[in-house]
Amino acid sequence: MGLLMQSLVDGILIGGIYGLIGIGLTLIFGVMKIINFAQGALMMLGMYVTYWLFTLLGMNPYLSLPFSAIALFLLGALIQRGVMERVLDAPEHNQLLVTMGLMLILENAALVLFSPDFRTVKVESLSGVLALGNIHFEKTKVIAFAFALLLTFFLYWFLQNTYLGKAIRAVAIDRDGAALSGIQVRRVNMITFGIGAALAAVAGTLITPFLYITPTVGEVFILKAFVVVVLGGLGNFFGALVGGLIIGVSESLTSVYVPGNYKELATFLIFILVLLFRPTGLFGRKER
Amino acid sequence: MKRPYVIIGLVWLLLALAPLVASDYVLHIGILVLMYAYLSQCWNIMSGYTGQFSFGHAAFFGTGAYASSVLLTKYGVSPWIGMWVGAVAAMLIGLFIGFLSFRFRLKGAYFALATLAVAEILRQIIQNSEFFNKTMGILIPLDPNPLMYQFESRIPYYYVIFIMATLLTLLVYKVSKSKLGFNMVAIRENEDAARSLGVDAYRTKMIAIGLSSALTALGGTFYAQYLLLIEPPLAFASNVSISILLPSIIGGAGTVLGPVIGAFVITPLGEITNVLFSSTPGVQFIVYGAILVLVILFLPEGIVGWVLKRMRLRRVQKGPETEQTTGKREKYAHLKR
Repeated sequence: MGLLMQSLVDGILIGGIYGLIGIGLTLIFGVMKIINFAQGALMMLGMYVTYWLFTLLGMNPYLSLPFSAIALFLLGALIQRGVMERVLDAPEHNQLLVTMGLMLILENAALVLFSPDFRTVKVESLSGVLALGNIHFEKTKVIAFAFALLLTFFLYWFLQNTYLGKAIRAVAIDRDGAALSGIQVRRVNMITFGIGAALAAVAGTLITPFLYITPTVGEVFILKAFVVVVLGGLGNFFGALVGGLIIGVSESLTSVYVPGNYKELATFLIFILVLLFRPTGLFGRKER
Repeated sequence: MKRPYVIIGLVWLLLALAPLVASDYVLHIGILVLMYAYLSQCWNIMSGYTGQFSFGHAAFFGTGAYASSVLLTKYGVSPWIGMWVGAVAAMLIGLFIGFLSFRFRLKGAYFALATLAVAEILRQIIQNSEFFNKTMGILIPLDPNPLMYQFESRIPYYYVIFIMATLLTLLVYKVSKSKLGFNMVAIRENEDAARSLGVDAYRTKMIAIGLSSALTALGGTFYAQYLLLIEPPLAFASNVSISILLPSIIGGAGTVLGPVIGAFVITPLGEITNVLFSSTPGVQFIVYGAILVLVILFLPEGIVGWVLKRMRLRRVQKGPETEQTTGKREKYAHLKR
């Protein structure tokens, strides 16, 4: 029983992070109808920002949050302006290929610049666990989960209540209609991609204290993030959060109860099952 | 109209004679070029012609490589036989993906992601299985014996893959002129319209994925026998899938010669960057990524697609020339008004 509760807790905590990555993906998809393969690579860059700030300046990983978010926001906006804007009307597979190319460039640039070494950020004061009965909460994971949840709700508030948020939703619903109502669609696209990238960076920063950093770390996450958003319905904001929690829990349950290193396999089996049984319901707002 | 065929024939002849003069290293590059031409041509059948974009062809490639290698090292079965076992296994996997996706007409991104997921699932299974030697991979013992698909020099390898690539390209040419090929293109261009005209889209797509996956597995066996080693990242990594689709994208997906020409462009380039930056392994894929982005931004039909478009354009501008078409022009002149 304790083991079950423990793995549920672990799953939910990490699920919040999956949800956060998924939200970045689903936000970009909702507005531009593009699935961004490079999302995992952007997350990896966020991790490196935190790592270098920590290693060179001794900055607390959580204090580096705004830096990694802003840096990746700018990079995301730049990518949108320079590359993605040109393929907005291209066939879907070409859009996918472009983001895949971007992923290759970013990942391998990191490989060349930072070497494939596994790096870690360890902060003494933050490591350790909180115990509640016989269930243990890793401090860093609790902080990450709390931040992820907070950010999700903040983003939701932002999209619902600010002018910019409303503009983003308007473009998501109908690009041409939004343009006709005087919304600067190109600028909204840029900001959306920037926010998506910043969300990936924040997720990266939040997991840095308990996960190793390496140039290909994003690959694992991007595949999971796809499953998360497909599960929740592409373009569906809270669906992504729920999907993240489901994937997180299913993963930690598999790693506890199934021998061998099969936790990723469970994720993909869920993906296949979803494709099998709820394929039409998954399309969400895909129809243009 | 005949001239392109003469040129292609001459180039083919040159390639057939190349091993007589080529150095060992050039031959190695030639083998890689032909192998990626072959693999990309397999991808082309299903993704270029039928429009079902696969991002996970490594799944089939790896299945072929592992099937023949396991049969060889564990049961002493010659890879010449093992490769067909691999082909059947890969075809079953391909048909399973097709069954999952095409039944619901999953398109574009969903299908691409499903193929990617399957490649990843296979990698996880292999990496966790004692039977497949986990992450260690399978080392094929050195035993140069043509009956066991192992040769002493590179020349026989060159001819094996040369023949494979030639036959496959001929097959693609034949298919592209057949009813099956027309059906494929029709599905790619507009599936609803194709169905309304009586094209059995599900069946055609299943044929395409079955054919493509089985043939890709044969290429996987060749790779394993050439390298005498296969391990999970070499077989199932997303880099493999990208290397397979890249030649088609560069050369022109949905054209007969696109994958071949693309392979001749990208593979030597990749090898050169590999040699130039041998101490920093990422550079090759930075180049691949940059080329992928640039090609899609500026040359979305690929090299062959672009040339064909230009030729068509020029023909339209110049107007028909031959006697036959002039006759036709006069005959139909009244329709133009």
